[in-house]
Amino acid sequence: MPNIITDDTIEYVGILAKLELSGEEREQAKKDMGRMLDYIDKLNELDTSGVEPLSHVFTVQNVFREDVVTNGDGSAETLKNAPEEKDSMFVVPKTFD
Amino acid sequence: MELLSLSAVELATAIREGKTTAVEAMKAVMERIDQTEGQYHCYVTVDREGALRRAEETQKKLEAGTLAGPLAGVPVAVKDNLCTEGMLTTCASKILENFVPTYSAEAVRNLERAGAVLIGKTNMDEFAMGSTTETSAYGVTRNPKDLEHVPGGSSGGSAAAVAAEECFFALGSDTGGSIRQPASFCGVVGMKPTYGTVSRYGLVAYGSSLDQIGPLCKTVEDCAVILEAISSYDSKDSTSMDRKDTDFSSALAEDVRGMRIGIPRDYFGEGLDPEVKTAVLAAAELLREAGAVVEEFDLSLVDYAIPTYYTIAAAEASSNLERFDGIKYGFRAEARGLHQMYKATRSQGFGSEVKRRIMLGSFVLSSGYYDAYYLKALRVKAMIKKAFDDAFSKYDCILGPTAPTTAPRLGESLADPIKMYLGDIYTISANLAGLPGICVPCGQDGKGLPIGLQLLGDCFQEKKLLRAAYTYEQLRKETAAGTGER
Amino acid sequence: MAKEYETVIGLEVHVELAARTKIFCGCSTAFGGSPNSHTCPVCTGMPGSLPVLNRKVLEYAVAVGLATNCNITRYCKFDRKNYFYPDNPQNYQISQLYLPICRDGWVEIETEGGTKKVGIHEIHMEEDAGKLIHDEWDDCTLVDYNRSGVPLIEIVSEPDMRNADEVIAYLEKLRLTIQYLGASDCKLQEGSMRADVNLSVRQKGTEEFGTRTEMKNLNSFRAIARAIEGERNRQIDLLEAGESVVQETRRWDDAKETSYAMRSKEDAQDYRYFPDPDLTPVSISDSFLEEIRARQPEMPEEKKKRYREEFDIPDYDIGIITGSKQMADIFEATVALGSQPKKVSNWLMVETLRLLKEKEMDPEDIRFSPENLARLIALTEDKAINSTVAKEVFEVMFEEDVDPEKYVEEKGLKMVSDEGALRKAVEEVIAANPQSVQDYRNGKEKAIGFLVGQTMKAMKGKADPGSVNRLLKELLS
Repeated sequence: MPNIITDDTIEYVGILAKLELSGEEREQAKKDMGRMLDYIDKLNELDTSGVEPLSHVFTVQNVFREDVVTNGDGSAETLKNAPEEKDSMFVVPKTFD
Repeated sequence: MELLSLSAVELATAIREGKTTAVEAMKAVMERIDQTEGQYHCYVTVDREGALRRAEETQKKLEAGTLAGPLAGVPVAVKDNLCTEGMLTTCASKILENFVPTYSAEAVRNLERAGAVLIGKTNMDEFAMGSTTETSAYGVTRNPKDLEHVPGGSSGGSAAAVAAEECFFALGSDTGGSIRQPASFCGVVGMKPTYGTVSRYGLVAYGSSLDQIGPLCKTVEDCAVILEAISSYDSKDSTSMDRKDTDFSSALAEDVRGMRIGIPRDYFGEGLDPEVKTAVLAAAELLREAGAVVEEFDLSLVDYAIPTYYTIAAAEASSNLERFDGIKYGFRAEARGLHQMYKATRSQGFGSEVKRRIMLGSFVLSSGYYDAYYLKALRVKAMIKKAFDDAFSKYDCILGPTAPTTAPRLGESLADPIKMYLGDIYTISANLAGLPGICVPCGQDGKGLPIGLQLLGDCFQEKKLLRAAYTYEQLRKETAAGTGER
Repeated sequence: MAKEYETVIGLEVHVELAARTKIFCGCSTAFGGSPNSHTCPVCTGMPGSLPVLNRKVLEYAVAVGLATNCNITRYCKFDRKNYFYPDNPQNYQISQLYLPICRDGWVEIETEGGTKKVGIHEIHMEEDAGKLIHDEWDDCTLVDYNRSGVPLIEIVSEPDMRNADEVIAYLEKLRLTIQYLGASDCKLQEGSMRADVNLSVRQKGTEEFGTRTEMKNLNSFRAIARAIEGERNRQIDLLEAGESVVQETRRWDDAKETSYAMRSKEDAQDYRYFPDPDLTPVSISDSFLEEIRARQPEMPEEKKKRYREEFDIPDYDIGIITGSKQMADIFEATVALGSQPKKVSNWLMVETLRLLKEKEMDPEDIRFSPENLARLIALTEDKAINSTVAKEVFEVMFEEDVDPEKYVEEKGLKMVSDEGALRKAVEEVIAANPQSVQDYRNGKEKAIGFLVGQTMKAMKGKADPGSVNRLLKELLS
């Protein structure tokens, strides 16, 4: 069954991903996503019951650092690429009402 | 001495022996860049002054005896998704058009410790998403073997720079074939090591569970030496492996006697270009003649690798690329409110392929779809891994083509994304299963475009791959010398 | 007849762990640095940076889990919680959803109706966000990432509480337990302990839960109590008016004693959790667990029991002293230095509590050292100073932790033990106050008090009132 992507879905995903698609881009995105999902649906041909999802290929576990301060004042580096800064802080459009 | 045709190891030897200098090598590279870069566009950034200054410093250290690295004085190009302190790092995206990192990727630092001298940053598909280097925000890179064709991707700039002799070797990153496929298209050697072998610290993440850094270079010997230099256990990368067997150059022996090589029948079916097939099977035959035990087998699940990959990669990418929001670095669009700023910045800052994957990735992770898509893909990934485990219980290497075709013409691929994704069919499983893979040139098609042979190995078995690839490379050289072709 | 409603409350408590460094990088967690000074590529979400887990964070989380009777998840993972907000530099928070470190625990609280168990659904590890500051001048927001990546645990209770008293008892219990473990100082005002209240109401007697809301921004026990009362009434009013409660997150404004919904269209609340591929899973071995278990300190209940056995002090005192880790530590250390338990207890129960209250401080803010308290007690025991002077010295000690011996020496507060000097002063007082002397001799016992006072005044307070009394009686007899 082909996946039909609606305007609502694109709108919703746009809110999640913070992307705003223009008219033409939006139509293309609906088509592309539908086709990709059709293609991904191919995985349903496989019976995966009883198979554990594999997120990490290797069994490496327990990688830790010790609780020791290794970093000094990093403000200059942190702010070096800031599009806008004030008083050693990043400036963003206001978040409070 | 024609400097530019030397391999990285040959150049390092010549410098060490005083036959040339790091500065001369860098000047030769700059001259070549002046001549050909206008046509090929391999680089996003060429740091002329910095490169020459670094070459001079390296030469001084060499002469003072304070530097003895295996790549001392050799000019290198680095893919633009590896952070370089003080040097623009764009990921070929508008959203990082002005980002100058304050730190270098661990792999880049390792290269510097080995004495290599950074030239600049190579072009790529935006955020490594693509197979042609056409999704770069800074223009396409052309294939030096034929300007009408793509160099492959996403490390297309790195592969093209090596092929065009605009560097002696380059670093790339491989998430689904992004080193091996452009190596194949440009006729150079490229290798993706076992996941965890090269630190990912400072590599701008695309699909974190799949990304690995590796070399693009002229010879298998170079490949071993470079890989040895960039491999390291890095406590800054939790997924870094503490390997004791990274003396890869020790594997460079011309000997495949008794080596068991499997050829998956599933890799030679529909969609494979006949010329590619002929060249790859001829390569297998050469290895068989040299004493390898070559046989066909059924790998299984091959058709499921691509949908599995695109689900996982898109999901991880959608999250990894959330940090590009116009607040801390990079491009920022002016807009009134916070969310308008986010949306304007990201919609204007990302190109369409990147947006396509972010949208898909956000969708497959969203409420109600996580199990059906993302977890399903992780389950199939487990099955694919198992299929490879089974194969490697019987074979030392798996041999096949790197890509189903030679390099497509510019502008042909992007129109149909799924068709483009199908081109990754042979390379993608190595990333899903964490395996090492190498691509070596094995001929060319009727149009003169290079064909690449891919060897896949079990995890941590780079040495077997390097030995097989080195043997093949030497045999091919001898055969070519015998028949007078190359 | 009006319907009777029952309030159902569950808590999400965030606790900032006492680790020296952040959860995933080597930046300091210290308070008070200039903006963005405690930052690096990792905690500011720079491209290419990667997280590595601080072992101490895991240790603290397991310690809290064990102390709250949880099952420790032997194989746990970190997940990414994706949402865009400027205080969250990667726009995902590294947290735990699918396999949190602890599950299914409980703590006991004392309520009006007796002892009650409050279930703990889970405890997970996560990173804190940066700080947003509103800039009035430019009408924009400023971001400081010093707190970004500070290690937190989130303790999620079951919906087992029914009123504000139970909620506060539960919070006090968690706070005391965690303070005893040394895992956090748990200060609500400073934000090292933060509680979000999930609340719903239902008609008494019904089994089914009502629709709940989540209340944020509760910075004190008082605010929590008021928010619970306010939200309970708001929900009941809605139901009584035939409307329904909307499941939402609300922000409490304590000054206005009201709350408002935080929801916006751009806030889809779909966090797209998935396992963080940059971090490896954590596997807890038996030996790791044993190590943490062996390191668990004596907890409040055990301590109380031991105090009752070891020290001859009132039960009430024991309750107060063990009710604060800092108090108990000072008590034990001072006793260990040789001071009499009863005397130590008195200093803590009377003067210390008085000053804490006066200065609106928590016992956790006590700064004087057990050594100095022991010295002060010794000075009074030796009658080197009298109790009035001792109280004065203690106040200074409470503020600045001065050495009482030195202080007494420097300020010349030592009692005059020279019998001759004292005798002379008493004789002078007798000579100067014939009327009082007469009164005393006429049987007015009280008059001696006045004479003692006059002598103390003449001695500038540096005399032992007992000795003065004795001398006066001797000379007047």
